[in-house]
Amino acid sequence: MGKKNLISITDFTKEEILRIMDLAADFEKEPYQPLLTGKIIASLFFEPSTRTRLSFESAINRLGARVIGFADTSNTSITKGETFHDTIMIISNYCDMIIMRDSCEGSPRYASEISKVPVINAGDGANQHPSQTLLDLYSIRKTQGTLDGINIMMIGDLKYGRTVHSLLQALSHFNATFTFVAPPELELPIEYKEFLRERGIKFIEKREIDEAINEADIVYMTRVQRERFLDPMEYERVKNVYVLRNSMLEGTKDNMRILHPLPRVNEIDTDVDSNPKAYYFEQTENGVYVRMAIISYLLGAKK
Amino acid sequence: MANEKHMEVRAIENGTVIDHIPASSLFKIIDILQLEKETNRITFGTNLESKRMGSKAIIKINNRYCKPEEINRIALVAPMAKVNIIKNYEVTEKLKVEVPTHIEEFVKCANPKCITNKQPVKTAFEVLKLDGEIALKCRYCEKTTRQEFEIIK
Repeated sequence: MGKKNLISITDFTKEEILRIMDLAADFEKEPYQPLLTGKIIASLFFEPSTRTRLSFESAINRLGARVIGFADTSNTSITKGETFHDTIMIISNYCDMIIMRDSCEGSPRYASEISKVPVINAGDGANQHPSQTLLDLYSIRKTQGTLDGINIMMIGDLKYGRTVHSLLQALSHFNATFTFVAPPELELPIEYKEFLRERGIKFIEKREIDEAINEADIVYMTRVQRERFLDPMEYERVKNVYVLRNSMLEGTKDNMRILHPLPRVNEIDTDVDSNPKAYYFEQTENGVYVRMAIISYLLGAKK
Repeated sequence: MANEKHMEVRAIENGTVIDHIPASSLFKIIDILQLEKETNRITFGTNLESKRMGSKAIIKINNRYCKPEEINRIALVAPMAKVNIIKNYEVTEKLKVEVPTHIEEFVKCANPKCITNKQPVKTAFEVLKLDGEIALKCRYCEKTTRQEFEIIK
């Protein structure tokens, strides 16, 4: 096997996704496994992020590897004007793997073309965040017992929400049924509808959260951001339409769980938090096991 | 028809004739084929009457025989174009404009946050069809650009 990267969720086959799920489940049972003792992993956060970085670094430490890197670019040569190409070229000589986040879209893919060592994308602007997608999938499988034939309702910003796009690409392997709820300004882009149509995957589009929620196994919430609207009046009109409240959950299925990539602002009312169907806080814990699985798989410590 | 065309844009002895170009795409094709660097004689006609297209443009390049891969690049802006290779005033070859599956370097990614617009990185796209129209998916930022492709000179 040559060098394997994880830049976009589409880099993994269905079998690889399932393999990551199984490995993550093993790590959840045994969360400290020094499989990578002596390895050095670079954690390069060109754009600051607390949770994703700490989750990755926790995963690295639990695997017995060491971390080098930076949490922001203020103390690096990038401030001296070094090109991204040179930065990556040099750092890839120092380590066994690069994990990176950047606000610049596509830079992890470019890094993977330059680097001698595997690259994991920890988020590139509005593009991809594949470890988040794998942890969403893991949370779905853990709560539903399977990934097959899930009925999922995605609510909010379906236009710019990168987690939505990656999750629907991943679920396309598993015969999912989708309900998309978004205002016209933030509806799912045509290329993703075309992607689903080409694969014969069922989806319906709605403008508000209605009784269709009672059919859902998973409700995937995202934040509707004010700055996405050209017309502020339009934002005022729709902002409360996409808020999930406890009263809406009365008729929902017992197995239904609510996921959210976080951070949440007001799109899930706090009265939902105590409902056993709220899963968004437990979801974050799964991230460490999933990231342990991804790192050990890409470095060949787990096949 | 043929005679009228010859009157509007003079016939060439040897070279390439690109016909049935949408009038709005003429200058893009000049960029794509880098005709401003060409030293051979070139004649253009635009806003010419066309029964099929309403108005069209035509380019005749003396003594340059365009290669199929060059011709396929113009599919992005003129998929219906007809390309004839002329030798001694006769059409010796008709090239079909075929939409390539991948294109590199000459189109700009429309996403301002894409690495190809921030660092010295060559662009690369997968060519898709959305609603019957050509669209380009960036290999790096994965955004899809539709219509109005900006050509890198």
